[in-house]
Amino acid sequence: MDTTKPTAVALDDATVAFRLADNRVYTAVEQASLSVEHGEFVAIVGPTGCGKSTLLNVAAGLLKPASGAIRIFDQPLTGLNKDAGYLFQADALFPWKTAIDNVAIGLEIKGAPRAQALERAQGWLTSVGLGAFAGRYPHMLSGGQRKRVGLAQVLIRDPKILLMDEPFGPLDAQTRQIMGNLLLELWNADRKAVLFVTHDLEEAIALADRVVIMSAGPGARIIGDWRVPLARPRDISEVRMEKEFHALHKEIWSVLKDEVMKGYAQSSQAPAEVA
Amino acid sequence: MSRPVLLLCQLMVAVVALALWQFLTTVPIFGRVLLPPFFFSNPVDVASQIVDWFVRGVIWKHLLITLLESVLAFTIGSVAGIVVGFWFARQPRVAAVFDPYIKMANALPRVVLAPIFALWLGLGIWSKVALGVTLVFFIVFFNVYQGVKEVSPTVLANGRMLGMSERQLTRHVYWPSALSWMFSSLHTSVGFAVVGAVVGEYLGSAAGLGYLIQQAEGIFDVAAVFAGMFVLSAFVILIDLLVTFVERRLLVWRPDGAAGHG
Repeated sequence: MDTTKPTAVALDDATVAFRLADNRVYTAVEQASLSVEHGEFVAIVGPTGCGKSTLLNVAAGLLKPASGAIRIFDQPLTGLNKDAGYLFQADALFPWKTAIDNVAIGLEIKGAPRAQALERAQGWLTSVGLGAFAGRYPHMLSGGQRKRVGLAQVLIRDPKILLMDEPFGPLDAQTRQIMGNLLLELWNADRKAVLFVTHDLEEAIALADRVVIMSAGPGARIIGDWRVPLARPRDISEVRMEKEFHALHKEIWSVLKDEVMKGYAQSSQAPAEVA
Repeated sequence: MSRPVLLLCQLMVAVVALALWQFLTTVPIFGRVLLPPFFFSNPVDVASQIVDWFVRGVIWKHLLITLLESVLAFTIGSVAGIVVGFWFARQPRVAAVFDPYIKMANALPRVVLAPIFALWLGLGIWSKVALGVTLVFFIVFFNVYQGVKEVSPTVLANGRMLGMSERQLTRHVYWPSALSWMFSSLHTSVGFAVVGAVVGEYLGSAAGLGYLIQQAEGIFDVAAVFAGMFVLSAFVILIDLLVTFVERRLLVWRPDGAAGHG
């Protein structure tokens, strides 16, 4: 880790609360402190509805914490986080733009000439394996292909921080592995600070340098932080066979299991789930 | 049903209907013609009337007038609907103030405006255009308004995270979304532009398909009334085909091609 550079994302005692429709206040995340170093890959794991995405939205500047501080490269965050690229869980591509236009837009809005933007967009589409699909509209692509376009759309802007909200959640198991490997490959070439939210512990261990565990909401807290001792570069499917992987998985799961059960019990009775 | 069979069946419906019409208006049954030709004419007379109009060329002037009125009504109504719809959707306070009046104006049956427009704008094309505009405006307005409001929050957040300014969001997110809703109501709004033109002509004018039908009715020329109706439907079908073609080009990015919100 490069310690001379300032911490990419630093959340300090961040508490996030929402006002519900019936005027009650729902505390999604309570006093969460979390830091992502420059070039570090951190995964946040927690039961459904625990506020993992909320935490990510705070880091993106899409949500303001009720209390606590957030610093991006040692600067307090005001407004949107301009250093961050955000890969959403839901489909976020512009449906009226072709794949290549969806990727090029990130450069075009910064004022790059269209020809140059298109050329670089084609390059990014090629590096996510979609070079031949430039002219397709999002609805003509499969779920995995749309995620690839989304990845290219975010990466073409060369953000220093990558925020990912269960980006591979809706995909099938095989596609998830392929996407995971693609992500690691791209990240290896250019190590950005990554904050990766998932509910899948195996995926988190396979991808990340550090795994952070959140408790079940409401008032979710960060209850654990593990360093992943696996060597890089990794292959998602092979790394799962290693002894250290199993040991770590067992250790984290013993903590996570209770929270998952709590979260499950809550989500099956509480009508208001704010995530 | 295979395509040729379907086509054959569709053709049969027309043939049977026309044959029945011809039979009932010309052949006496038990000494009585069931459909008096004075009120119902017959297909042969109607067809020869249509042929006569086209051979003599009198129909073209009326068709052109109606087309011109429809196009003007559609264009003006759409532009106004887009501008106001966009404005209201982006300025919720303005929308809230005008909301009851918009609802009131839309609830009004537009035909009652025709005499007012005739008084204000005379019997020329503009009173018909005005009537069409009042019909087209609301369809486009509601669709554009909805289109701006219904932008997916994720797509919007994505635009923001990609660094779009408010102006760029308008151009790359709100605008395409609003237009796609407007395009998907194209059939309805174009149809209403024609309705406005024809109804306006019917209520008072000197030219157009509505005028033609109204004139024929005035002298009890039922064959010409039916002939006018057939020409009008053919005219509307042609325009509708054109709209379908335009729609396919404009909405290629849509998964379902064109689902109407008319």
